[in-house]
Amino acid sequence: MIKLTVKTRDGEAHAIEGRSGHTLMETIRKADIDELVALCGGSCSCATCHVFVEAGPSEVQTPAGEDEDDLLDSSDYRAGNSRLSCQIVLDESLEGLVVQIAPES
Amino acid sequence: MNRADIVIVGAGHGGAAAAAALRQNGFEGSVLMIGREPDLPYERPPLSKEYLARDKDFERLLIRPAHFWQERRIAMALGVEVVSVDAVAKVVRRSDDREIGYGALIWAAGGDPRRLSCAGADFAGVHAVRTRTDVDRLMAELDGGATRAVVIGGGYIGLEAAAVLTKLGCSVVLLEAQERVLARVAGAQLSRFFEVAHRAHGVDLRTGAAMQCIEGADGRVTGVRMADGSVVPADLVIVGIGITACVEPLLNAGAAGANGVDVDEYCRTTLPDVYAIGDCAAHANSFADGAVIRVESVQNANDMATTAAKMICGEPTPYKAIPWFWSNQYDLKLQTVGLSIGHDLAVMRGEPTEKSFSVVYLRQGKVIAIDCVNRTKDYVQGKKLVEAGAVVPPQRLADAAIALRDMYG
Repeated sequence: MIKLTVKTRDGEAHAIEGRSGHTLMETIRKADIDELVALCGGSCSCATCHVFVEAGPSEVQTPAGEDEDDLLDSSDYRAGNSRLSCQIVLDESLEGLVVQIAPES
Repeated sequence: MNRADIVIVGAGHGGAAAAAALRQNGFEGSVLMIGREPDLPYERPPLSKEYLARDKDFERLLIRPAHFWQERRIAMALGVEVVSVDAVAKVVRRSDDREIGYGALIWAAGGDPRRLSCAGADFAGVHAVRTRTDVDRLMAELDGGATRAVVIGGGYIGLEAAAVLTKLGCSVVLLEAQERVLARVAGAQLSRFFEVAHRAHGVDLRTGAAMQCIEGADGRVTGVRMADGSVVPADLVIVGIGITACVEPLLNAGAAGANGVDVDEYCRTTLPDVYAIGDCAAHANSFADGAVIRVESVQNANDMATTAAKMICGEPTPYKAIPWFWSNQYDLKLQTVGLSIGHDLAVMRGEPTEKSFSVVYLRQGKVIAIDCVNRTKDYVQGKKLVEAGAVVPPQRLADAAIALRDMYG
């Protein structure tokens, strides 16, 4: 299991664990944090699973693909470390990842 | 529990979102969700995509984990159906004959797959794609060696199923009664594009295809007989010809409605303290020029759930969320914003042969919807044009060199 920290919108930090191969979005949803709407279920078709990566490898701080990049543009809160959590697939290199859930657009 | 402050009928996207939204908006009373399927709320769109393709197991489709509902004190009665509503006594009666009182009722019962009315519709091997059970049954037949599939209906469900079955190595014949696929939901250019794409992947796609009945032996499907007498052999048949709204108990109780149950901008039916949301709720949609329609999408179920929950919590906010939708077939990612019904002009933007293009729909000069294929940028930027009902000259919309973002105002 991979250990992560998820900060909810009230600033509270939640220590959670995820399975390698699952997405960060699924992992957050499973951990009972209900601030992620994740409406399209992870098919990169909406932008309702937006997070800011606060600590983690540099590769994970930038969008993985053009679609994700374009979708993030629909958020009023896009920042340099914005990601769609459905596009982050967990593996060992992400141990210790810290993300903040973005405000609702 | 013989009474709940809020009874939610239906445990799909709408019901689940309504329960979650009630708690998010501070509702403290008792909430009971009644669902006719045995499972906790799960995502339906993957049923015809990743679940059928076995890219995702069922657990990964759950909208929320089991403990989420427990912790938020959302009681679940699963595997039972509501068969009647007494809107005066404020009581619903369930298929197990139990009666449950309610303070307010949120009807989120969705729809039933429309069934074929011809002979043979009941044969084993004839499937709908609406529930997990439907798809599990279908997958068991694939495991049992079924390889020849006939898909009846060229809507999104049928096309998505055809794409997955092709990928799984089945031979697929798709029969569409109308002259083009997606006729109900998209313009002709998009229809043609998907017809070409499916044929290129080996699907025997036939439009204007009139069928007569399902052929079978020993209670099992063997093929589909066409109007001209020919028979398309089949090990399994998928029927994707739309849904009918599950609203009979409400209409019997006196709620207004015909195709679905009528709701106002706060998702209220004409019955006191009875709300309806999602696929079954007929509403005047501001993105359809005020036409009364039902919208069958996750977006609509979710946003209507929020509307109903806020109304119940004393924060009335009229429903006017912008419609959006997606469909994945092969390497094609379709994203739609707005509703194209009633368009009088469709403008092609980009090159279908390059598998990246958009179709912009206009009505009386205003942008009302955009279908984007592998073109997320247009989807994101075009949303603002649809929201604004922007007036943009068609030749400008057609110029793919100009970003839609630069066409505002």
